[in-house]
Amino acid sequence: MSDWYRDFANSGVGSTLVKQLGLPRPAVLRRYEPGAPLLPGPAVVGTAGEGRLHKTLTRVLEDVGVPVLSAVDADGERLGAVLLDATGVTGPTDLAAARDVLAPAVKRLGPSGRVLVLAAPPSDADSPAQAAARQALEGLVRSVAKELRDGGTANLLFVPADAEASVPGPVRFFLSGRSAYVDGQVVTLTAADVPGGEDEERPLAGQVAVVTGAARGIGASIARVMARDGAHVVAVDVPAAGQSLAEVANEIGGTAFQLDITAADAAQRLIGHLRERHGGVDVVVHNAGITRDKLLVNMDAARWDSVLAVNLQAQLDLTQALLDAEGLLGSGARVVGVSSQSGIAGNRGQTNYAASKAGVIGMVRAWAPTFAERGATINAVAPGFIVTEMTAKMPFGTREIGSRINSLQQGGLPVDVAETIAWLSQPTAAGVNGQVVRVCGQSFLGA
Amino acid sequence: MAPQTRKAAIVGGNRIPFARSNSAYAQASNQDMLTATLDGLVARFGLQGRRVGEVVAGAVLKHSRDFNLTREAVLGSRLSAATPAYDVQQACGTGLEAAVLVANKIALGQIESGIAGGVDTTSDAPLAVGDDLRRALISLNNAKTVGDRLKALARIRPGSLVPEIPRNAEPRTGLAMGEHQAITAREWEISREAQDELTVRSHQNLAAAYERGFFDDLVTPYLGLTRDENLRPDTSVEKLAKLKPAFGGETGTMTAGNSTPLSDGASAVLLASDEWAAEHGLPVLAHLVDAQTAAVDYVHGGEGLLMAPAYAVPVLLARNGLTLQDFDYYEIHEAFASTVLATLKAWEDPAFCKERLGLDTPVGAVDRSKLNVNGSSLAAGHPFAATGGRIVASLAKQLHEAGPGKRGLISICAAGGQGVVAILES
Repeated sequence: MSDWYRDFANSGVGSTLVKQLGLPRPAVLRRYEPGAPLLPGPAVVGTAGEGRLHKTLTRVLEDVGVPVLSAVDADGERLGAVLLDATGVTGPTDLAAARDVLAPAVKRLGPSGRVLVLAAPPSDADSPAQAAARQALEGLVRSVAKELRDGGTANLLFVPADAEASVPGPVRFFLSGRSAYVDGQVVTLTAADVPGGEDEERPLAGQVAVVTGAARGIGASIARVMARDGAHVVAVDVPAAGQSLAEVANEIGGTAFQLDITAADAAQRLIGHLRERHGGVDVVVHNAGITRDKLLVNMDAARWDSVLAVNLQAQLDLTQALLDAEGLLGSGARVVGVSSQSGIAGNRGQTNYAASKAGVIGMVRAWAPTFAERGATINAVAPGFIVTEMTAKMPFGTREIGSRINSLQQGGLPVDVAETIAWLSQPTAAGVNGQVVRVCGQSFLGA
Repeated sequence: MAPQTRKAAIVGGNRIPFARSNSAYAQASNQDMLTATLDGLVARFGLQGRRVGEVVAGAVLKHSRDFNLTREAVLGSRLSAATPAYDVQQACGTGLEAAVLVANKIALGQIESGIAGGVDTTSDAPLAVGDDLRRALISLNNAKTVGDRLKALARIRPGSLVPEIPRNAEPRTGLAMGEHQAITAREWEISREAQDELTVRSHQNLAAAYERGFFDDLVTPYLGLTRDENLRPDTSVEKLAKLKPAFGGETGTMTAGNSTPLSDGASAVLLASDEWAAEHGLPVLAHLVDAQTAAVDYVHGGEGLLMAPAYAVPVLLARNGLTLQDFDYYEIHEAFASTVLATLKAWEDPAFCKERLGLDTPVGAVDRSKLNVNGSSLAAGHPFAATGGRIVASLAKQLHEAGPGKRGLISICAAGGQGVVAILES
C-alpha cells in the first residue's frame, strides 16, 4: 500500500512536473527508528515574554545531544526544530516576540522540521488579556502547521505552573519521528510524579501491555511498536481472528489471548488471565473496533448495537472492571482508548461509529481525575486517514481525496497511530492525562 | 535418577478446527497442520524461541517422506530449533499415548516440559506404488548394465501402475472398521435410536461449548475455518432417523450420522512439572494421574475390534483404588455412537464383567450427564491421531473449571483391537 503519488512527486521527473503544475508535493516523513538522533539538525530555543521553561527545554535537548542555538544562523545547517517558550506572555503585545522567534527559524527548517510552542493554559490566566494571548497561540500554531512544507509539523503544549516536571517526555515525542503524523495538536499537561531514568530505546521494558483488536491493521502495528519498546504484549482479538492473532503474537514474542470483548464474562476472563499469567497489567490499549456503515435512516438495530457494544461499551466495561480489580491497575498504569476523526468531525453513513468514537473521548475525560488519583493516566488517540487494508478497498477517488486533505498531504500509517499510543504509555508521559491526541496530519475535517 | 515420581501437569492445549475430508484443509499436509498447531500453542503460552523437553506426536496416515514428521514440524515452528522430537503411532490412540509418554518422562524427572500431539489428513493421504512396480523400480535402480535395466523395465505391466490407496480396513480381516463395529453393535443389541440420541447430544454439547467460549483458549482457527466443520448444532433425532445404514447391511443401525466422518486436523497439549509451570507463570489445569493400554483378539478371540478400552479401564481403576463411579467427567471417544454404548453396556453386564474381565461384580453404570459434556468425535470429527490431544486438553480445562480435586476418565479405542485409557485430576 505505497503512496504512489508521494513517491512520484519525490522522483526526479515527478518533482519537476508537480512543481511546474503547482501540485502538492507530499513529503517522505521522518519516522522513528531506534538509535536515530532525536532531531536531524540543531534546535533554536526562543522565548516570548519572561518564560519559565527555557532552561528545561535546553536541558532536554542537550541531554540527548541536540545542539541548541539561541538565534538562527542564516548560513548554518538546516534546523531540526524551533521551540518557543511562551509561558511568559501577558498580553497580545508579547505575541510579536513569537513572530520574531518563529519566522526566521521556520525559514531555515529542514525536512520534517518541528515547531513546538509551550505556553501556560488560558484557563489559568490572571487576566482576560493574558488568556487571550495564550489562546492566540493556538491560532498561530495551527496556521504555522498549515504553512509548513516538507513534512514539518507544529504543535502546542499548555503547561500549568506546577507541571514543569511533566515537560520532557512530551517535548521529546513532539520533536521525534514518533510524532511524524501528529500535526496542529494542542496537548495540556498536568502535574505528575514523573519517574526518571527511563530507557530511551526500551521505555516499556518489563511492562505488560494488553492490546485489543491486535490481529491486524492498526492493532497489529500497536502490538509491534509496544513490543519493540520492550513491553510483553497480550494480544487480544476475537476467536475467529485467532490465526492472524497467533502470527502477530509469535512475531513479537507476545501471547495471544482469544476473547470476544463484548461477552458477558469478558472482563472477568481478561482479569483472570492477567492475574494468573502476569500478576497485573501496566498498559491497556482499547483498539478493537468495527464499522457497520449505513445512513441513519437505513440504520438497523443490529448495526447500531454491535458498533456501540464493541467500540464503546466494551471499553467502558473492561476499564471499570480493571479499576475495580484489586491491585491490578496500579500506580503508573496507562489506558489508551482509540477514538477516531469521525468521532470529532462526524462522517456521513457513520452515525453509529462516530457516536461510539466521540463517546471514547467523553470517557477518557471523565475518568482522568480517577486515574490521576492512583498515579495513572487515561487518554484517547483519534486517527485520521490511516492507510490500511480497509482504505485500500476504497474507490480510487475517495481514497486519494481522503488521504490528501490534511496539512501533510498524505495518509498516515498504522505505525503513526501506534507510536502515539506507545508514547502515551511511557512512564515519562505521566503528565498527559485526559487528553485527545489526533494522529491525522492536521486533517481539514473537524479541525 | 529421580528418587520419586511426580504427576505431570497439563498446562493447556491447542488444536485447529477439524475439517471434513477434502474440504477446508484439502491442500494442507500433516506437517502444515501440525506446525500451525504448535505455533498456536507457542502463541498462547509465549513459548517463542523456547526449548521444551520434548515434542511427541504422530500421524496414522503418513507419507514415507514424513519419517521425522514431528521434528520437521518443530523446525518449522516458533519453538527453539534445539527442541528434540519423535514420532509415535498407535492408530487412534496415538494422541493420548503421546501424552502418556511425555507425562511419564516428566514424572520420572527426565524432562520438565513437553508437548504431545497428533495430526491426520484423509485428504492429503499417501498413495504407494504397488509391490510389483516397487520391486521393478528397485531392480532398475540396482541394475548395472543396459541389459539389466531393460529387463527390469520389462517387468512393469499396465496393472502395476495402479497405486495402493490406504484403506480404512483391518489388514487381518479385510473388514472396514465400521463393519467390525456393526458386528459389535449387533452383539450388544445397540438400538438405532440410542445411537442417534447420543449423536445429537454430542452435537448439542459441542455447539454449547463453542457458544459459551469454552474453546476460546483451546482452538486456533486455521485456513478460514473457525469451528469444527462437521458440527451440526441443529441436528435432531428426526433428521438422523432419515439416514440409510452405512454399515451392517440393510438392517444395520450405523449411519453416516452416528459414525465419525473422515476428517483432517491436528492437536497439541503442553505438559510440564508443576515447578516449570510456576516458573513460567503458566496455569496447571489438571494432572495426568495414570494410564493403561489393552488389546483384544478381534481376529480369533471373538471380541469386538473396538472393545479394548472395556478391558483397560477396570485394570486402571483397580490400580488406583477407584470405581467407575468415582469420576466427575467421562470422555469416551465416539469412534461410532455404538462403540460408546457397547462399552457402557459391557461394563454394566454381569456376564461380560465376570467372564471377560474376571470381575465378581460389574464395573457398573456411568452417569450420562457427565459423559462427553463438551461434545466428542461424532460432532467434532476425528482426525485419528489428533483426537487424543483434543480430549486431554478439553477435559483438563473442564476439570479446572469445576474446581480442585475433580477427576476425569478418558477412554479411546484404536484400530488393531487396542485401547488407551487415562485418569486426569484437577
